[in-house]
Amino acid sequence: MAENTATVEEVKEIVSEPLFSKKNRKLITDPLDGDNPITVQVLGICSALAITAQMKPALVMGVAVVFVMCCSSLVTSLIRNTIPSSIRIVVQLAVIATFVIVVNELLLAFVYDVAKDLGAFIGLIITNCIVMGRLEAFATNNKPWPSFLDALGNAFGYAIILVIVAFFRELLGAGSLFGFKVFEAVGLDYQGNGLMLLPAGAAIVVGLLIWAQRSWNGYVEEA
Amino acid sequence: MELINLGVRSIFVDNMIFAYFLGMCSYLAVSKNVKTAVGLGAAVTFVLTLTVPLNWAIYNFILKKGALGWISADLATLDLSFLTLIIFISVIAAFVQLLEMLIEKFSPALYGALGIFLPLIAVNCSILGGALFMLGRPYGLAEATVFGLGSGIGWLLAVVALAAIREKIKYSEVPAPMRGLGITFVLVGLMSFGFLSFLGFTL
Repeated sequence: MAENTATVEEVKEIVSEPLFSKKNRKLITDPLDGDNPITVQVLGICSALAITAQMKPALVMGVAVVFVMCCSSLVTSLIRNTIPSSIRIVVQLAVIATFVIVVNELLLAFVYDVAKDLGAFIGLIITNCIVMGRLEAFATNNKPWPSFLDALGNAFGYAIILVIVAFFRELLGAGSLFGFKVFEAVGLDYQGNGLMLLPAGAAIVVGLLIWAQRSWNGYVEEA
Repeated sequence: MELINLGVRSIFVDNMIFAYFLGMCSYLAVSKNVKTAVGLGAAVTFVLTLTVPLNWAIYNFILKKGALGWISADLATLDLSFLTLIIFISVIAAFVQLLEMLIEKFSPALYGALGIFLPLIAVNCSILGGALFMLGRPYGLAEATVFGLGSGIGWLLAVVALAAIREKIKYSEVPAPMRGLGITFVLVGLMSFGFLSFLGFTL
């Protein structure tokens, strides 16, 4: 009996749900602020701190994560009913690793210098908790299209934080953006703050960013 | 002497957390009290010490360009290094699974203590990170083992230190939006700043 109602509901959902229904749009917009993967869900911190000393690698990393997340969410969701739950972690890792290899080879072929800068961190997308976390929490029990949107939203939420952190670190640390000397161009003499380029600066920038975001949206964590 | 030097360097100077920010997710998640921090730190140290040399061996005898030459001359031109990522993560996941079964069988007490942390280790960036950093450096088997051990101890040290600070910070008046994650990040930044003083440190 219970099974019957479940099937009926599923069918109704297929019939009545337009591609960009309100629920689906929410999947994309939520992770950008209130449910942001980095500042709220605390996923994928490693690379957010490690590769944000400059804008260019941060942007490339963001794009790479968007690609890997969307593809692996889509694939995992398509095969979700055939994966035995006891080995799902290994299957998910294999799917993610396959797409990361694709990204890695593409980067080496087309933007070699950035790929060298990122080095091991491209490979580390595999263990980036945000990819794994969304597969586990969403794609394993949702249909392909919502899974794709969820991945897209979360990956953008992640990429935005990456770019914001990199913006402040490069601007304050080296006085430039994408290697372009901003302060010199407007005729100001700026002494770069070396601390910003060090890992310590990254953690402090992210901490302050969280402070700013939470002051703005009123979210308070119970300690 | 070289090896001791490398070990000390990977604990303090090239600390997984403070120099590379690897394994941050579980680092932030389990650093709420000292006891669980010690448990996870020990497990990470153990897995790193064993998987780095294991992956070293696999890379140097199977994956590297020409590495298969020891089987037959026909295979000497083969380059399997594009498979590095997927092989490494499979080795780590399989190893962690194996370890879990072994510990459960032979030491239920330890299994109970490590509990849910063991499976989490498979996706701890510091494990895969250790293996990938090892590739870029001219290490032999002994160096790889010491590097794995040192990185693990460094991670353990960092997680226990942060957990101890967070236990104390409960009693402080932190601005409301800064509570929890925000203040933790600033703490990590300051600790990382402190660890910079080890820069250029050699025995």
